[in-house]
Amino acid sequence: MLSIKNLQAEIEGKQILNGINLEVKAGEIHAIMGPNGSGKSTLSAIIAGRQEYQVTAGSITFNGKNILEMSPEARACEGVFLAFQYPIEIPGVSSINFLRTAINERRKYNGLEPIEATDFLKTMREKMELIKMDKSLTSRSLNEGFSGGEKKRNEIFQMAMLEPTLAILDETDSGLDIDALRLVSEGVNKLRNKDNAFVVITHYQRLLDYIIPDFVHVLYKGRIVKSGDKSLALELEEKGYDWIKNEVEQVNN
Amino acid sequence: MSKETEVDIIDQVVSQEYKYGFTTDIEMETAPKGLSEDIVRFISDKKNEPEWMLNWRLKAYRHWLKMEEPNWQNFNYPQINYQDIIYYAAPKQKIQLDSLDQVDPELLKTFEKLGISLQEQKRLSGVAVDAVFDSVSIATTFKDQLKEKGIIFCSVSEAVKEHPELVKKYLGSVVPYTDNYFAALNAAVFSDGSFVYIPKGVRCPMELSTYFRINAENTGQFERTLIIADDDSYVSYLEGCTAPKRDENQLHAAVVELVTHDNAEIKYSTVQNWYPGDKNGKGGIFNFVTKRGSCEGKNSKISWTQVETGSAITWKYPSCILKGENSTGEFFSVAVTNNAQIADTGTKMIHIGKNSRSRIVSKGISAGKSHNSYRGLVKINKKALNARNHTQCDSMLIGNKCGAHTFPYIEVNNKTATLEHEASTSKIGEDQLFYCNQRGIPTDVAIGLIVNGFCREVLNQLPMEFAVEAQKLLAVSLEGSVG
Repeated sequence: MLSIKNLQAEIEGKQILNGINLEVKAGEIHAIMGPNGSGKSTLSAIIAGRQEYQVTAGSITFNGKNILEMSPEARACEGVFLAFQYPIEIPGVSSINFLRTAINERRKYNGLEPIEATDFLKTMREKMELIKMDKSLTSRSLNEGFSGGEKKRNEIFQMAMLEPTLAILDETDSGLDIDALRLVSEGVNKLRNKDNAFVVITHYQRLLDYIIPDFVHVLYKGRIVKSGDKSLALELEEKGYDWIKNEVEQVNN
Repeated sequence: MSKETEVDIIDQVVSQEYKYGFTTDIEMETAPKGLSEDIVRFISDKKNEPEWMLNWRLKAYRHWLKMEEPNWQNFNYPQINYQDIIYYAAPKQKIQLDSLDQVDPELLKTFEKLGISLQEQKRLSGVAVDAVFDSVSIATTFKDQLKEKGIIFCSVSEAVKEHPELVKKYLGSVVPYTDNYFAALNAAVFSDGSFVYIPKGVRCPMELSTYFRINAENTGQFERTLIIADDDSYVSYLEGCTAPKRDENQLHAAVVELVTHDNAEIKYSTVQNWYPGDKNGKGGIFNFVTKRGSCEGKNSKISWTQVETGSAITWKYPSCILKGENSTGEFFSVAVTNNAQIADTGTKMIHIGKNSRSRIVSKGISAGKSHNSYRGLVKINKKALNARNHTQCDSMLIGNKCGAHTFPYIEVNNKTATLEHEASTSKIGEDQLFYCNQRGIPTDVAIGLIVNGFCREVLNQLPMEFAVEAQKLLAVSLEGSVG
């Protein structure tokens, strides 16, 4: 589904990614871990199409299409979803209005008519139920005055509504208390199926107790330096990132 | 978004064509160019006006000659040559109109094209329309139905003849011809406009609306609207306006006067979409308008709502004089400027009566290399015990070549007054746009969404039938203006 080959990227002349290789297949959950500044958020931003990063080498194909050539909205319509680390506030725009616009733009992209109001509301009720989302949030201005936990849950709710084939969760667990973490994780687990895939970016093993990854990758200095199954996350938790750093330094020496 | 893309996109500013830029080819009767006592007499004569009306015009004209054009505004505009304007232009009509069947089909078509059907059976029920084409009113719909309730809704020219006692009493009572340069000019040469009188105890059963269309070249439009709501009455009134695309600037200097008596309320909404000029600022309407309402009676209320998207320059301050005890004034405004457009708009709330209250909500959106100023005065007179005002003034910038300016004036002469002023300036952030993009929403649509959200408080004030139209208009005026 997602194939990243030798991806190198920089921002304002500063090299951030130094050759990332990653293959994600339908039905899989990949966790990407790594210390601060290792390039985790950069990777997710580049997949989603943020333009301040310059891709200097490598490729990203999504379902066989070269998405580096596509606008961010086209990538979204192709089925790429990014749950933001810091969801953005849009004053005066209700969550409902925002989502309906997003769904209809996606339908337009796929040559479909706008969604019927009744169908939309019905889907919304179902998905709110699914991820135990408070009804009042959807009529409030998008993310405005939401608590950190509410914002993250709203991201998962949007994901549920938009039904992406690839969802990237950028540190969705940061700033969540245990209860919120569980709710968000349950949401992801319910949305998981054999046709979609998740890339979960996190600092901590904690989230992976709830969302069980098929693969764990450790990103360090813009490179995936170690890959394994979920036991790698536990090992990291135990030994800390210094373990990886030392290992990498040794290889380099 | 990188610096380069941002600049690129701003450079693509407005590819959207002004939708209403067409002209109507119709035989016109016009006054010779220029302004003189003879022209004032000519206009008055064309309208078969009584002597007192002509005299009022002449007094205004003579006063105007002694006045100087104001220069305190926050923009420059090319010198207007008042001798180069045609002050009267009307479609030629030989017979007096009794019904729509006698209206030139070309004119009906024009209004159809603008989305205004004058055929009553085709109209949305619940909206009565007065259509003004250049200097004259073409037709007023639902007149008979309104008449049953004692409501007068007609052109000002007709009111001068049919209801002279009302016109004499109220014309110039809120905006005297001595008020300002453009109001004096308007008083001398005004050609038409709408007149509304709501009798005591009547709640007007439908929205009243006037649609103004400038068509002829080199003309100015000087309409005058007068609305009186007698004791315990209510009316909601809406005006809309468009003009063809022309390379020269055209002057639109209108006057609107509102009067509310005891417990009466007028809600006045404007959706202004005059031709804004091209993207380099060539052509477009100079919209220099004086709008003022007087809350004469106790518990009376006047509420202005304006959505200003058109005109090369918008210069106006719809205001309220709050004379009555417990009277209320409101001003809700959205002003959008793009390309080279200029807006210097706001309101004046003059508190005279005890416990008078006012509320101001102004949303200014600037894009392109436009400049958008809010200018407002809140004045509490000595006798206005316990007066209250709340002002909220928000500006939004799109791109980095535009400007937003705020000039709030506050004058308090009574210690019991409570005033609040809130202001904010924001920029449509790249983060907001990217967030929308990532959900599949293209940038143009995202801007419409964000701007409509920003203006929601004001748009909510518009009558239902027009709110949707106004939302679309906002999105269209900003199309291609990303930053």
